[in-house]
Amino acid sequence: MATVSVCQYHRGGFSFENCKRNALLEADINKLGLSSPAARKTGTTICGLVYKDGVVLGADTRATEGMVVADKNCSKIHYISPNVYCCGAGTAADTEMTTQIISSNLELHSLSTGRPPRVATANRMLKQMLFRYQGYIGAALVLGGVDCNGPHLYSIYPHGSTDKLPYVTMGSGSLAAMAVFEDRYRPNMEEEEAKRLVRDAIAAGIFNDLGSGSNIDLCVITKGKVDYLRPHDMANKKGVRTGNYRYKHGTTGVLTKTVTPLNLEVVEESVQTMDTS
Amino acid sequence: MNTRGLRSQLKDSVPVTGLCPQAGPYGVQDSLRRGFSSVKNELLPSHPLELSEKNFQLNQDKMNFNTLRNIQGLHAPLKLQMEYRAARQIQRLPFLPSSNLALDTLRGADDTIGFEDILNDPIQSEMMGDPHIMTEYKLGVL
Repeated sequence: MATVSVCQYHRGGFSFENCKRNALLEADINKLGLSSPAARKTGTTICGLVYKDGVVLGADTRATEGMVVADKNCSKIHYISPNVYCCGAGTAADTEMTTQIISSNLELHSLSTGRPPRVATANRMLKQMLFRYQGYIGAALVLGGVDCNGPHLYSIYPHGSTDKLPYVTMGSGSLAAMAVFEDRYRPNMEEEEAKRLVRDAIAAGIFNDLGSGSNIDLCVITKGKVDYLRPHDMANKKGVRTGNYRYKHGTTGVLTKTVTPLNLEVVEESVQTMDTS
Repeated sequence: MNTRGLRSQLKDSVPVTGLCPQAGPYGVQDSLRRGFSSVKNELLPSHPLELSEKNFQLNQDKMNFNTLRNIQGLHAPLKLQMEYRAARQIQRLPFLPSSNLALDTLRGADDTIGFEDILNDPIQSEMMGDPHIMTEYKLGVL
């Protein structure tokens, strides 16, 4: 009886009811010297570049939870529409949900207009949503695709700012990947050269940044088709055990053997029928 | 969809006064219906986004109406607001969920999906308001 929600029908969306309680709990936990659980992030290397016929997106596959690897092979290149894909860095849940919402909205919009969707539409939807939540949705995205106006590549920051560039990198390994791009990028590359460059940039992030690791995923988007190469390169295969510490049968010699039979007698027998109908 | 710039319309957004007015019909704290109050609860939002999210739809509408007035003249927002008012009255009983289809279509929200459709969907809420209390509140006899 003593709440506002009793009198009015409650709306959906984010609910801030538990924020004060969480703040109190956090303060108490910190006083005890412990720390509250961290959200799973994808401290990451993601990058993209525009080449002659389209766009190549690349990502590593490690998801971390604090100092522990939570997922050794997670997929960071998300589907937005048949011709638009998006790599996500930051909090894993945020990137996942944001890209799914935008994918649904883009599909509804393209059904409503009757035209294939454009990359600029997805970019605007994403930046308006991220700005509305003032950076509390921790999603840093690299959005790329090919539409009626050609290939486009955008980078979108968690607070809602975007950049339209020929090559972009995001995530904790972005500096390592950008160094490789800055050295070897040329406009209008061929497909093989572009794939090799993206692969090398992600590899630089994987080997030089703790937050990135495991395999390299690539996504090549051209006018008519999309090549989702997962995994494109398994840069960090788990090693095969070379030896075995198990002892073979007969290693230990048997000196004596005694057999003692246990005489057990039936004391009571009861039957319980199960209802298997 | 927010399609207009913000800066020129800032003066029209809903001002930040208090969070939830705890005063009942007689002007004092309504402990029976709204529970105990605390000054901190009323002055500070529990999350920086709480206020802006509560008023988001209202601010959007204000901004859109203002731009529409600047472009097409006063008649355009007046007619639209009249239609909004009519559509808002199409509801079910107070304790039942209504789809607000006409209102959504007018706003252009019938072909968009947002967090309010995915998170905390009222249709899937485990708790239900007491029908008698809610109807009495709606009729003003509570």
